[in-house]
This record gives sequence, structure tokens and C-alpha cells, in this order.
Amino acid sequence: MSDAGSQSPLISLSDIRRIYGQGATEVRALDGIDLDINEGEFVAIMGPSGSGKSTALNVIGCLDSPTSGHYLFSGTEVANLTRDQRALLRRHYLGFVFQGYNLLSRTSALHNVELPLIYKGMRSAERKREALLALSMVGLEHRAKHDPSELSGGQQQRVAIARALAGNPRVMLADEPTGNLDTKRSVEIMEVLQRLNKEAGLTIVMVTHEADMAAFADRLIWMVDGKIERDEPTRKAA
Amino acid sequence: MLLETLRLALQAIFRNALRSFLTVLGIVIGVGAVIAMVTVGQGSADQVTADVEKLGANTLMVLPGEDPMGGGPPGTAVPMFSLRDNDAVDEQISSVAVSAPISQIRSRVVFGNENRQTDVVGTDNRYFEAAQWEFALGRPFAAAEIQSGRAVCVIGETVRDTLFSTRDPLGETIRIKALSCEVIGLLKSKGASTFGSDQDDFVIMPLRTFQRRIAGNTDVSVLYVSVRDGVSTDRATEEIEALMRQRRRISADEEDDFDVIDMKQLATMLSGITDILTGLLAAVAMVSLLVGGIGIMNIMLVSVTERTREIGIRLAIGAQASQVLLQFLVEAIVLSLVGGLIGVVFGLGLGFAGARALSVPFTPDITIILVAFAFSAAVGVIFGYFPARRAARLDPIEALRHE
Ligand SMILES: Nc1ncnc2c1ncn2[C@@H]1O[C@H](COP(=O)(O)OP(=O)(O)OP(=O)(O)O)[C@@H](O)[C@H]1O
Ligand SMILES: [Mg+2]
Repeated sequence: MSDAGSQSPLISLSDIRRIYGQGATEVRALDGIDLDINEGEFVAIMGPSGSGKSTALNVIGCLDSPTSGHYLFSGTEVANLTRDQRALLRRHYLGFVFQGYNLLSRTSALHNVELPLIYKGMRSAERKREALLALSMVGLEHRAKHDPSELSGGQQQRVAIARALAGNPRVMLADEPTGNLDTKRSVEIMEVLQRLNKEAGLTIVMVTHEADMAAFADRLIWMVDGKIERDEPTRKAA
Repeated sequence: MLLETLRLALQAIFRNALRSFLTVLGIVIGVGAVIAMVTVGQGSADQVTADVEKLGANTLMVLPGEDPMGGGPPGTAVPMFSLRDNDAVDEQISSVAVSAPISQIRSRVVFGNENRQTDVVGTDNRYFEAAQWEFALGRPFAAAEIQSGRAVCVIGETVRDTLFSTRDPLGETIRIKALSCEVIGLLKSKGASTFGSDQDDFVIMPLRTFQRRIAGNTDVSVLYVSVRDGVSTDRATEEIEALMRQRRRISADEEDDFDVIDMKQLATMLSGITDILTGLLAAVAMVSLLVGGIGIMNIMLVSVTERTREIGIRLAIGAQASQVLLQFLVEAIVLSLVGGLIGVVFGLGLGFAGARALSVPFTPDITIILVAFAFSAAVGVIFGYFPARRAARLDPIEALRHE
């Protein structure tokens, strides 16, 4: 990962398309996206259901390959990376919170949060400490030993957030991270993210349906039908 | 990292305890069944081979045959042999080492309060030579005892055990029908024959004694012939047939009214049967191996959906495909090893018990153990690994979406 200087954006999408199916059943989930995100930004993505928000986040997270277009991460064309290099990029730079959590079943919350640290090669004791720290950031340290099936939807969501935070990523990609939380919890999580953004310079791209949560971000992107309709600073940042 | 992979694999194994258990069970059944069956089959074959050797591969039995016309009531017209027939075979045919005359009935023998239903055999010392009996106690018959038909007898180990238990049988008198008979010898035990019959269950007395005091005739019902070493039993058979035809005045256009049975043919037939049996067992074993393999395969394939999502998650949080695959491979190997080892122990135990129950030797075969083990392990590894490899080649998001 070459660092191309502070003036070039960390994430740069140009004319990205993601097309599912062919002919009559063709779905243009992303239909020509141009988007630059700088290091240290806190970006919220909003839009109607099916507008392509998750797809965009998956492409940024190197989980999905765009049908066409260019995606530069820190100046490097992601399409030119091998699968293993993309895995390393995810491992060392990205933290992902899925819309459907995607926790390992029959595996304790603690072990779920430890998982990215295992692949980072962290030793067991340190790993456990880091994982517990991440769990306490989302207020779940007392549920460390519980399996996902023993946790509420909101608690599972917080484990997923803790897992993304534990790896100490440069970029956090969160797909509706507060979709299952009450307002009080949501605000707590947002404050954690905001603090990491301000104090540690964590870059955050967050999909949300709630304007209240988007308000924690500095920049709001509005998507419709696979296209970016508006891209503006939030009221708070303005 | 290898240690970490092993830990990940073990965690996954315990996380999916039921699936792991079923996989191991499939391997245990496959490996265990094969080893048990082939071990027992092999033991039986070995037993037959040993028995055939004991039987004497160069032994012929000459028996009076059926009525050649097949018309009259059974037993009519076909004369028995005589002692002179036996002596002619013994002395005039050079390919015969020794021929013993045998007459026998089944009768109760009594000593004190003990009695036993057994074979009572009339013969002479040539029988001990032809059938290779050795004496544990006492002596064979003296010439005078044979000549005059004295009431003396030699007993087998089973008869000794029943009638005398711990007592010394020599010099004691046993009663057979109306005959009181002094025990002068005890034969060394030969144990059970191929057919499971007890070879030590008999009482032997001089032929003349038997004929006069038990049977009441001068018949000899069987000639027990031992062929000279280095001579083919076929040649001896031909010579005996020619001599007996002449002695029994059978004209050239008539069939033999006696049979010469080659024990070697019997032995060949017997090992043929055990070969078929062993083959059958092996086939059944292969089927169980296959069934075990299909079981493993099913479990592995059924879990692909869940495991594909797991692979997606691991890839998404930064695992490389090779790391995930190594984990799955280690998982499959650990399960196969555990199942294989338990299966080997289980199969050997079952084989041991089976060999005991059938009283055949327990001879485990390392080749079969390795083949069974390798096959199950291969099934476990292939069906654990290849679905995983397919999943690990997907984009993480596709693996995650897998339904
Ligand atoms: N695997 C797929 N195959 C076909 N179409 C898909 C697939 N994944 C997504 N789509 C389509 O792509 C479009 C964008 O989907 P996406 O999940 O990005 O929407 P979203 O904005 O995240 O919606 P939501 O707010 O409901 O999560 C939708 O029309 C969806 O039906
Ligand atoms: Mg979505």
C-alpha cells in the first residue's frame, strides 16, 4: 500500500458500476458512482431501500468486485490486487460491520471479536485483552462468554461493531450499525465512533436510515437508484 | 501460525460437535467393520490351512461304494473289505507307505460312574503311523495282543478327560457294551478338526478284538492309506483302484464298487470354500466402508451452507483463502485421524472377539488396516476440503450470501 500523500484521497471511486444479472433481469445496483473520501472523514450514506448503499459499502470494503470502473485505495487500483493482497488490505486497514451482523454461530462473543486479531497474528493474551476492550467500548464486556444465539439482536449488532473496532482499522465500514438499537444505545455507539474519528483519526463510512445518526457524521451522501444524488456536509459540520 | 491453525480447527470441531461426532462415527464404522471382518475371515482361512496340513495332505481313504446299479436297497450287494484287502494294499503297492484297516461303531463307554458316547475303532498299530498319532502315555498294541484279539485299548484325550479326569488311566478297565477292556495307552491331543469335530474323542482296540467282541463279523469298513513321500496321490489312487478291482473281481465293463477319496482334494475344496467366504466378507466390508464413506460425505456436504458462510466471514475479516483452507484441511485430517484410530482399535477388538467366538487364530493384517484407514481418511479429507476450496474461491460477499 503506497501512501500517495495527504492531498490524494484514501478512497477514490470513479464511474463504479455493479450490475447483477443480464438482459431483462438486469439490476444496476451501482450505476456510475464517483466518490472520494479522505483520511479522517466521517461519512454517512443514506437513501431509499434498494438504492445500492450496501453494495457501495461492499465494494469499498473489497468484499465485492465492481462490474466496471476504478477503485483506488490509498492510490492503489484494487482490481489489480490479488485475492490474497485484498485479504491483507481487509485485515490491516478495514473494519466491517455487516447489515446482518455475520457473527460465527456457536462461538462466544469474545472469540468472535478475537477472530480478526487471530489473523493479524496477535498473541493469545494480548488478543483477549484487546477483544475485551472492544467489547467494553460497546458496553458488552459482561456478555463476553455468550454465544450469538444467547444475545439480543441489538447485542449481536454491538458484538459486530466490537469485532470491527478490535482490529484497530484505518477505515471503518458500517452498514446500518444502529439499525437494531434503541436511541440511547445508538447515541452511545455514535459517540464512540465520533470519538475514535476525532481522536484516533479513524475514517468512517456508515450507511444509515436515521437522520439523527447521520447527523453525527461530517458529510452526507444521498443515494438513489445506484447513483449519488447529493453529496454535502451535514448541518453539524457546516 | 500452524499452531494457531490447529487451534482454529479444534475450535471449529468442538463448535460443530454433532457434525464432528457423526463424521467420526462414519469413519469408525467403515474402518472398524472392514478390519473386523477381514481379520475374522483371514483367521478362518488360516485355520483351514493349518487343519489341512494336520489332516495329512497325502492321505487316501478307501471306502466300499454304493451299489453300482443303484437299484437294490442300500447296502445290498456291495461287500465290505477284509483284513487281507488291507494287507494287499499295504504290501503290494509300492507307492503306499502304510495302509491301516479300520472298522468302527458309535457306542457308550463306561468307567465307574462316568460314561461317554464315543467312536469305538478297531484297527492295528499301522493306524497310529498312518494318521501320525503320538502317545502321551503308555504304548501301542503288542503283536500278541493284535494276534489273539486281547481286550486292551488306547484312548483319546477327550475320553480320558470324561472318564478319568485327574486319575491315571493306564491299567484301568473300561466297559464297552459287554466287553471289559484294559487301557494301555493315551494319545496326544490333536484338537478340533476343520469341521469342528473332536479328533480326540475315540477308543481304539485291536481289529480282531473289535470284530469278535463288538461287531460280530470280520469286516473292515475303511482303509486308511498314507502315500509314500514324493509319490503323487493320483498315482497311488490309480494303483489302489487297479488292485481292488482285481481283488473284488470287477470286470472291465463294470463300474468300481468302492471309492478312493483323496484328502488333498477335500483340502483343496475346503480352502476353496474359505476363499469364497473370505471374499464375501471382504465384499461386505467394502460395502460398509462405502456406507461409512457416504455418511461422511453427506455430513460434509450438508454442512457446506453453514460452512460457506463461515468461510465468507473469515475472508471478510481478513483471512487469506489459503489460511481458511488450511484450517479446513486440518479439521478434516484431525477428524479422520481420530475416527480412523478409534476405528482401528474398535475393529481389532471386534475381530479379536470374533476370532475367539469362532475359535480361529487372531491374525490382524496391517495392509487391510492401512487400506481401510487411508480410504476413510481420504473420504473425510476430500469431502471436507473440496467444498471448502470452492467456497474460498468466491468473493467474500458471495460466500456470505450463500443460502
Ligand atoms: N446478489 C444480488 N443479486 C441480484 N440483485 C442484487 C443482489 N444484491 C443486491 N441486489 C440488488 O441491488 C440493489 C441494491 O441493493 P443493496 O443491498 O445495495 O441496497 P440497499 O441500499 O443496501 O438497501 P437496504 O436499505 O434495504 O439495505 C437492489 O435492487 C437489490 O435488489
Ligand atoms: Mg443495505
